[in-house]
Amino acid sequence: MTKLLEIRDLHKRYGATEVLKGVDCDMAKGDVVCVIGSSGSGKTTMLRCINMLEEFQGGTIRINDEEIGYETVGGMRRRKREREIARQRLLTGMAFQQFNLFPHLTALDNVTLGLIKVKKLSRAEARTIAERWLERVGLLARKDHYPGQLSGGQQQRVAIARAIAMNPLLMLFDEVTSALDPELVNEVLQVIKDLARDGMSMLIVTHEMRFAYEVANRVIFMNQGRIGEEGDPREMFVTPKTERLAEFLKTSTFR
Amino acid sequence: MGYTLNFDAVWRSFDRLLAGLGLSLMLAIVAIAIGCVIGLVVAFALRSPSGLLRRPAGLYVTVIRNTPILVLVLFTYFALPQLGVRLDKINSFIATLAIYSGAYLAEVFRAGLIAVPPGLREAGLAIGLTEMQIRTSITLPVMLRNVLPALSSTFISLFKDTSLAAAIAVPELTFEARKINVETFRVVETWIVASCLYVATCTVLAALMRRIERRLAILR
Repeated sequence: MTKLLEIRDLHKRYGATEVLKGVDCDMAKGDVVCVIGSSGSGKTTMLRCINMLEEFQGGTIRINDEEIGYETVGGMRRRKREREIARQRLLTGMAFQQFNLFPHLTALDNVTLGLIKVKKLSRAEARTIAERWLERVGLLARKDHYPGQLSGGQQQRVAIARAIAMNPLLMLFDEVTSALDPELVNEVLQVIKDLARDGMSMLIVTHEMRFAYEVANRVIFMNQGRIGEEGDPREMFVTPKTERLAEFLKTSTFR
Repeated sequence: MGYTLNFDAVWRSFDRLLAGLGLSLMLAIVAIAIGCVIGLVVAFALRSPSGLLRRPAGLYVTVIRNTPILVLVLFTYFALPQLGVRLDKINSFIATLAIYSGAYLAEVFRAGLIAVPPGLREAGLAIGLTEMQIRTSITLPVMLRNVLPALSSTFISLFKDTSLAAAIAVPELTFEARKINVETFRVVETWIVASCLYVATCTVLAALMRRIERRLAILR
């Protein structure tokens, strides 16, 4: 069976600073993987390499055996064409820490924009799909609201609907609850849990340890640009093998 | 001071002032429309990572913004024909005001682009939009909403600059007023009426812009 995601020896530098120092990661279809680690450990950067929001200098990323972002022609590694990268970005969907909803569009139009412009669906088809997903995240009643009229938690749920409506193979979540007031965190986590139950493949960067414990079938602990430890959360969180992880878990809050 | 106000002579020529105002508006609308297109292209060029686009755009804005518009008007009308570019009065002035407004509008639009959160572009990329689709569907509409208040005062400024067309005898409002002034010697009355026409037009323009602003406002 081909892997859904295969990352091999991923290297990423900002100038002289190396932020990813050879990361490997595999995911099968239906996997829910949580990435934890202190800030600056490279979790978010790894996620952003997968949909080419960041360039990377070494290693390969494959989704369904298709090489992402770069190709090797005559021994020279080069970036793929923008149009090709735009197409590959459809293999994944992403939800961001700051939601990044389009402020001039209603919740519904935020979801339909990609369906119309990228998937070339008719307005009516796009609307049907968008309404279905807005209903799934519990916001159909707010479909004509603008982002500024929604709470942070509601905005994040619309943003998740916008990403999933594009029917990606893999959802990437980048600290989606970090910008939320504590009382709004659960409604967003609940949406993600529901998606997990439906078998959605997800790679989730999070600081919510209890959530990671409950939802992930595997946890990756990143430390200084490398994978420090990975495994079943029920084992990792109870008996960490490395001192680094033990340290990290001690300073984390399980709420 | 024994000046007695008598508007009779001005009222008799009022239709000429109105015709002048009509021409002023036409000059402003055409020039600003072209200026908006120039301004948008230049604003995106100013924000481009490529120096090949950024440097000429920066040079254009610097040169035009640091030259008095009257000098530009006179240069285009009197100097350009010597260099082989011959335009009639009206087209010459429209070209000048378009190029002049392009530089100012570019700065307004550039400021608006800076205020568009970079996360919106990333969200667009993440759903598979191309850079050009992001520009037209996201960056541009958000930026325009950001700059509407600043745009209103820029438009009013540029409309008033049409009075400089009088310097090359374009028969717009100021030129007509000066003619009536010379013919009737009603100096005070002529310029009071001309000023009132400018004030009234600008007031309407500002009200119009506020309406658009309210309608398009991003709800927060």
